[in-house]
Amino acid sequence: MPSVSFEHIVKKYGEVKVLSGLNLAIDHSDFLVLLGPSGCGKTTLLNLLAGLVDVSSGRIMIGARDVTELDPKDRGLAMVFQSYALYPTKTVEGNLRFGLSALKLPREEADRRIKWAASLLQLEALMGRKPAQLSGGQRQRVAIGRALVKHADVLLFDEPLSNLDAKLRTEMRLEIKKLHEELKPTVVYVTHDQIEAMTMATKIAVMNGGEIQQFGTPDEVYEQPANLFVAGFIGSPAMNLIEASAVWDGERLSAIAADGLHFDLSGYDYCTRHPSQDQPIIIGMRPEHFVIGEPSSSAACSLQLPVRIVERTGSDAILSLSFGSLLIAVRIEPDRAARLKVGELVTVTYPRTKLNLFDAQSGRRL
Amino acid sequence: MSDIATVRPPVTATEASVEVMFPRAKKRIRGRSIAVLVFLTMAALFFCVPLYVLVVTSFKSMDQIREGAIFSLPRQWTIEPWIYAWSQACSGITCTGLRGGFWNSVAILFPSLIASISLSAVTGYALALWNVRWTGAFLFLLFLCAFVPFQIIMYPLIVITVGMGIYGTLWAVAFIHTVLSMPVLTLIFRNYYKDIPADLTKAAIMDSGSFWQIFVEIILPMSGNILIVVLIMQVTHIWNDYLIGVTFGGLGAAPMTVNLANMVTVSTGTVAYNANMAAALLTAIPPLFIYFLLGKFFVQGIAAGAIKG
Repeated sequence: MPSVSFEHIVKKYGEVKVLSGLNLAIDHSDFLVLLGPSGCGKTTLLNLLAGLVDVSSGRIMIGARDVTELDPKDRGLAMVFQSYALYPTKTVEGNLRFGLSALKLPREEADRRIKWAASLLQLEALMGRKPAQLSGGQRQRVAIGRALVKHADVLLFDEPLSNLDAKLRTEMRLEIKKLHEELKPTVVYVTHDQIEAMTMATKIAVMNGGEIQQFGTPDEVYEQPANLFVAGFIGSPAMNLIEASAVWDGERLSAIAADGLHFDLSGYDYCTRHPSQDQPIIIGMRPEHFVIGEPSSSAACSLQLPVRIVERTGSDAILSLSFGSLLIAVRIEPDRAARLKVGELVTVTYPRTKLNLFDAQSGRRL
Repeated sequence: MSDIATVRPPVTATEASVEVMFPRAKKRIRGRSIAVLVFLTMAALFFCVPLYVLVVTSFKSMDQIREGAIFSLPRQWTIEPWIYAWSQACSGITCTGLRGGFWNSVAILFPSLIASISLSAVTGYALALWNVRWTGAFLFLLFLCAFVPFQIIMYPLIVITVGMGIYGTLWAVAFIHTVLSMPVLTLIFRNYYKDIPADLTKAAIMDSGSFWQIFVEIILPMSGNILIVVLIMQVTHIWNDYLIGVTFGGLGAAPMTVNLANMVTVSTGTVAYNANMAAALLTAIPPLFIYFLLGKFFVQGIAAGAIKG
């Protein structure tokens, strides 16, 4: 199972540059998720890897092979499409068999692989049916089966779950994760759904505007977002971002936000140099790290704010607290939320070690 | 909405107390609909009356025709005119009826159909689904060609077919039919294939990558509807053509239409109206037959099941 790397990839459509000098490399058996809003270039990148679209310049490597100039069928890839893309006039078995047509396998080997994929994905009972006679989840399984029979080293997924309903999506998510753990292919998976990214990926590349904003493990991307875009994109509800300015107070660094709110920034692990006096910064706080109750010595700040909205989803609850013109989202226990009333004052603190600081000008993590 | 009564289960005595009926106001036919109905009836009559005359006349004897009552039914139904038109009527100096012309037309029809449809289907497929250089310019050129009147290029085409050594044969007629119908047919196929979901083509390119395998195994099975449309169009067009047949067919290879025209345009002797009508109907039957036969094969949804519901 080979590694995949993109080197200085440029893709232009006429005058419009979709990707400009993109670099990205993943190891063998990695599950890479390309995550980003629509139009960020993630599907373009996948199509470039598949060979369905030609690069304007740059090089794509699969293992030690330069595949930039190869035809799609010669790249050793298999792809699952968002719309399933099953052949409507062929049966399920015919669909799987056509997936093998470029490989020119002997008949017995083809039969063996089709049987294997069918039993792996529980398609045996459906082999004689046409795609029109299948449900959405079954079609998706056939599409995955058609990719698996090739025994391709690299599997590509283009938003494969976005047409399924919520329940089926959760099931298929597990199933794809299981397949990856059993078969260990290298996977490149495009989605705009952060839950899919967080649950399945071993590596996430967050993209925006044709550039990779951050590349790392799901935990890195979530815990230490590299910039404001990633901080705002990953996490639901989104990270609370508050404008403030840095203040040196002897040897200790702190920050003052609107309303004179004071943040203790000591103990923050800077990845660049420390901010200078009066530098505008943005403080990011995840909703789930807030603690309700009186301040302790490890707290960065303590806020006493009125409750604006209470949203309960059963398994957890989100409080929206008014902070000036902003709303601050705080995740709390649902039974505690049940006792709160709108307008009631709540005291919350935020631990120093969980802070995220960004430079307000560049948007980068400090 | 008027079907609502038929969908409901019949109200039985025990159910009657539960079933609540909501009476609906009956739809009235309004003035505007009446105008439309009258117009449609007139249009139908406009086409049906001549057809009626054609049919009844073809079954009458010449004696009855001479009486002049063209709308009356035949006193004695006779198929004599039909047999005469098929096997004995004279066109020019040969008196073998329409038989020869019929078989000529058949011999022209099949090669023209096969060549024009297969060539334009493959061309349309290539233009729609593969990256062909200058596709846009080529399509524009085809579009222009579709509007060139045949009469303008008639003489050059004669020179070409003479040069090819096929002028005056069935092959010349078939060749010209094929060439002249290519632009329109290619555009039709191209527009049809353009609507095939992009993901489906991409999947096929990754799975197989072979131009011909994708065409034969994936695209052609999805082309049923458009093939039937094009087939009906071409059969009607080629069978009913007169000008190409008379120009390129010469004496030995005249299609049925030319044969018919020669038969009915006699300047001497009596005009055998009944045989002429029968001959005209005989010429018109094959395309009608094809139309009814193929109309049944229309199926819905070319890409059913290929992509999300």
